[in-house]
This record gives sequence, structure tokens and C-alpha cells, in this order.
Amino acid sequence: MTTEETTGQQPPRVGFFTDTSVCIGCKACEVACKEWNLVPEDGLTLTGMSYDNTAALGASTWRHVAFVEQTKPLGGQQAHQPHADLDVLALAARGSATPVDEAAITPTTPGPPTADGRTELRWLMASDVCKHCTEAACLDVCPTGALFRTEFGSVVVQQDVCNGCGYCVPACPFGVIEQREGDGRAFKCTLCYDRLGAGQEPACAKSCPTESIQFGPLDELRERAERRVAQLREGGVPDARLYGADPDDGVGGGGAFFLLLDEPEVYGLPPDPRVTTRDLPTMWRHAALAALTLLGGIAAAHRVFGRKR
Amino acid sequence: MSEARVTRDGLAGVHPGREARFGNGLDDGRRPRERRMVPGAEFTSYYGRPVLKVPSWAARDIAGYMFLGGLAGAGSALAAAAQLTGRPATARALKLSSLGAISLSTAALVNDLGRPARFLNMLRVAKPTSPMSVGSWLLAGYGPAAGLAAASAATGLLPRVGTAATLAAAGLGPAVATYTGVLLADTAVPSWHEAHRELPHPFAASAATAAAGMALLAGPRRENGPARGVAALAAGAEALALRSLLTSAGHAAEPYRTGRPGRLLTTAKRLAFLGTAGATLLAGRNRAAAAVSGATLLAASAATRFAVFHAGIASARDPKYTVLPQRLRLRAEGGAPPATA
Ligand code: SF4
Ligand code: SF4
Repeated sequence: MTTEETTGQQPPRVGFFTDTSVCIGCKACEVACKEWNLVPEDGLTLTGMSYDNTAALGASTWRHVAFVEQTKPLGGQQAHQPHADLDVLALAARGSATPVDEAAITPTTPGPPTADGRTELRWLMASDVCKHCTEAACLDVCPTGALFRTEFGSVVVQQDVCNGCGYCVPACPFGVIEQREGDGRAFKCTLCYDRLGAGQEPACAKSCPTESIQFGPLDELRERAERRVAQLREGGVPDARLYGADPDDGVGGGGAFFLLLDEPEVYGLPPDPRVTTRDLPTMWRHAALAALTLLGGIAAAHRVFGRKR
Repeated sequence: MSEARVTRDGLAGVHPGREARFGNGLDDGRRPRERRMVPGAEFTSYYGRPVLKVPSWAARDIAGYMFLGGLAGAGSALAAAAQLTGRPATARALKLSSLGAISLSTAALVNDLGRPARFLNMLRVAKPTSPMSVGSWLLAGYGPAAGLAAASAATGLLPRVGTAATLAAAGLGPAVATYTGVLLADTAVPSWHEAHRELPHPFAASAATAAAGMALLAGPRRENGPARGVAALAAGAEALALRSLLTSAGHAAEPYRTGRPGRLLTTAKRLAFLGTAGATLLAGRNRAAAAVSGATLLAASAATRFAVFHAGIASARDPKYTVLPQRLRLRAEGGAPPATA
């Protein structure tokens, strides 16, 4: 039973705000998604890409945690602090009684200014997911109507209808949806359609220990995200930005959007995705023109070269 | 753990937290700096992995489908013209070849489905936003028309129905030949989409090349005057259309010039040149020369379709072709991307 049926109203459009600044890369979301949705195993390979052995979203990966290692400072974070003069064992013996100022490593202690030329390292982690686009290319191009928009505003494949034509796969500007090998049909995140219907939040958001993945009505999430980005900038993280939150972007905004700490492409996301359906009228016009030219050319050739001998 | 619940009145039990501060307190006194910019024509990617998913379409099936669909569609138009101008043998041959080509191409399409048994789901809905849906309905109309036209021509039965079917097939045929350009262009694949205005034009020309080739191959010499003209026109148009496609594709034109698609396109151009030369200079005098020129033109058309197909696949595999044009577009539209968008 859906919320709509119980209240007689259209439920608000819901989605994800993934705040990557608090992601710790635990992959609980990946696991919870696989468990809840019974998504099959899709390879146990080592990629050599930091801690990311999942590699990418796909037919059998509906949440993917990206790991990026960069030699960039993270909001004034101090790396390589000299600790030679600290007796860590003595500090440890004092346990939690150690005053913050004397502790060897506390994330809240400001260190001395960094000497020029010192390398700093930061580790970016981000849990990617289907964006549930407002203007979803996958849905637009699906010839069978297998892809549809739910009452919650999410985009879902009806597995009993999909005939595996594979058209949605290259249509998605984010490379999300994919055909499952050996099955042939297309699969992707459903925003836990079954859980939403039962008044539960999606499994990934439920499992996220830092609330990096936040679920809720889209309007509310967008406001919260604006506040969060302002807070981070204030705190000295100038590269913090929202991705997919703007309803005027190339896909009409995502039902799932992100707070990123670097350019989208660093995380494997397209910097300016566009739903290609917007150009479809132009394309049809050119196809019609081309078809008419073809007919005209054949007719002309028969006039000019078609004299009987 | 998150304890949030979806209730009738909205979300309940949300943590007030999520306010981890790693900027505050860690700041070394440097206040918010200017945003760092990506310099020049460099681009960044996630470990060099593709941004897009490469379609799992098999080249033989999908490029073959486009070639055969073009041959059939343009062939039907050529057949009608031949019939109307008193070239019955050519008309008959083309009707048969169109039926054969469209049957084969439909078979290729069905074969490429992940669930071939569900082929008829294509006709479950009619969606103008889906070129594949439009194409399925086109095929559903065109296929029977081409079939009737061919059956009547082969048996001599029902001549009126045959003529009506011939005209219907001639009307729908060019659409069958060009919609596949839209099918490819309406994807995020850079080498296809960046040239979305141009793509249907080489497809139309390539279809005409194939149909003219078939007319030269299968029709009698005394009837092949117009086909030779179509061959010359189509080959010229195709060369021009491909040039404008490459110009407008920008960075995404590179895959058309390198590797396998580059080689295929060069082959296509050479074959088209040879075929056209043979068609215009020799095919009027010698039946064998006409057949060889026709076969060469058919091969040229197939090579073009395979080149376009493989160029798209190559561009989807390399994040450069996805990221770079989008970056340049953003920069052209007003410097750095808006920070909150
Ligand atoms: S991200 Fe891709 S798969 Fe998800 S809704 Fe948008 S177009 Fe469809
Ligand atoms: S593969 Fe399935 S979901 Fe994707 S476009 Fe084809 S029918 Fe629709």
C-alpha cells in the first residue's frame, strides 16, 4: 500500500542528499543495498584504485563509494606534524584525562602554520547512486515503458516489462543503468521503492553511520544542503559545492544530489550532464529533412538520368 | 544509525547532527581562498574510468541493423521510382531485396535484445520521446508494406494492392533509413550526440548509396541509368555530410579519425569513390561492371555505418570525450561552474 492510497494525497517528492564531507568510506550503504535488494555479486577483483574495489555503478552495484587520494589540503588540515618531542606512551597512560592541548593527535587542535612546499594529503570519499533525474533520459528513451516514474518522484525499472533492448544504458548521462550479464535486462537503484511504500527510508540511508546519506523530501534536503555548504565554506573549505541540486541544470535537477569537495569529474561524475531528449525535436526535424532529401534526390535522379533509350 | 522514518506527516526521527566540522578549528588562518581552476585543455577523471556506460550492443547486430534498414528503406523509394518510370525488372529486384533486408535487420534487432522473447513489448506503448519506440512502430508499418509489395511483384497477384504497398513502403522507407541517426544521436555518447543535427544526413546518403548499389547489382543494365545517377549523388552527399558531421562534433570527432572507426571510414570513402567511378563510367556499358560497382557501393555503405557505430563506442569508453566538451561548454557559458549548482 502506498502513502498515496492511505492519505489520498500525492506524497512529496523524496530523494537523497549525499553529503560527501562526512563520508568515512565504510561502504555500509553498498552492503545494505545489496542485502535489501538481493543484488547478486558482481566480481571480487582488486582494482588498485585506493580502497575502491567496487569500481563503478552498474547493473549489480546501486551504491558505489568512490575513494580519491589527492595532494591537496582539506580545509587547512595539518599533515606531517612533528611529534618527536611528545611522549605518547605517557600521554596514553593518562588516558582521557589528557588535556586537549597536550594530546599528540586530536583533530581539533590547530597546529603551527605549514611551511611552504610541504605536501598535504586528503582523502575524498563519496557514495554515488542513481540521480533519479527530474528529466530522466533513461525513462524518456525506454521503448517498452518498463522505466517509469513512481508516485515518490523516483525512476524505477519494471523488471517484468524490460526486454533488454539496452537503449537506456547509453542514454543515461551519468553511466548509471546497465544490463545485467546473463540476465539481459536493465537494473539500477529503485530508491528502495518497496521500503518507501511501507513508510521506511531506503536501506543505504538507514545504514549510513555518519548520515552522509540523508533521505527526505527533496525541498527540505535542498535547504539543508544550502546551509551545509555555507557552513563548510565559512569553515575554510572553499571548494565545497552542491552537485545536482539545481532544478535548472541539464537534467532538471536530481532527485539525488551531492555535496562535493572538488570538481565532479574528480569523482567520476560528468561536469555538465544534459538530458539528450531536449534536443530530440531538432533531431527529428533533421531526420525528416534527410528523409525528404532522400526522396527528392531519387526523384531528381529519375528525371535527369531516366530518359528512355 | 539513522532512525528516520517516513510518516504521513513527513520525516520523523531525523538526527540534528550531520554538522561535522573539519574546516573550523583546523583552519590555519588562511581564510577561504579562491576556487582552484582546472587549467587549459586538461581534464580530470576518476582513475581514467569511463563516465558513461558503453552500450552492450553487438556491432554486427546494431550496425548491421542500421545498414540493412537503410538498404531496405531507400530501396523501397528507389523501387517505386523505378516502377513509375517503367523499369519493372529493377523495381521487382529492389522490392525483393528490401523485404530480405528488412527481415534480416529485424532479426538482428531481436537477436540483440537481452530478452528476445519479449520483442513485442516494443509495441506495448507508443512514445515519441523514444526513437526506438518510434522506430518499432515505423517497422511495424513498413515491414508489412514491403512484404506485400514484394509478394505482389514476385507472384503478379493483386497488382493494385501491390502498387499501393509499393507507394506506402516508398513513403515510410526514407524514415526507416534516417531514424536510426536519431536513435544514436539521442544518447549521451559524445561522438553521436555532439553531432546530433548532422547524423541523420550521412545516414540518408549512405542508405541511398546502398540502394543504388543494389539496383546496379540486381537490375538489368538497360534500366540502370537512374541508379547510376543516384549512386553519384548519394556518394557526393555522403562525403559532404560526413565532413560537416566531423566539423560539428568538436573534440568528439577524434574517434572518427583514429583507430578502427578511422580505418573503417577511410575504407568507406575509398569504396564509395571506386563504386561511383565504376557506376558512372562503366556500369552503363557492361553488366559485370555494373554488378561489381553495385557490390562496392553496398560495401561502402556498410563500412560507413560500422564506422559511426564504432566511433560512438570508442568515445563512450574514454572519459576525455565526456568531460572535456562539457568543461569547455561550462567555461564558454560563464567561467567556472556555479559553486552551488
Ligand atoms: S541517473 Fe541515469 S539511470 Fe538514474 S534517473 Fe538519471 S538518467 Fe536514469
Ligand atoms: S533495456 Fe529495458 S529498461 Fe532499458 S530501455 Fe530497454 S526496455 Fe527500457
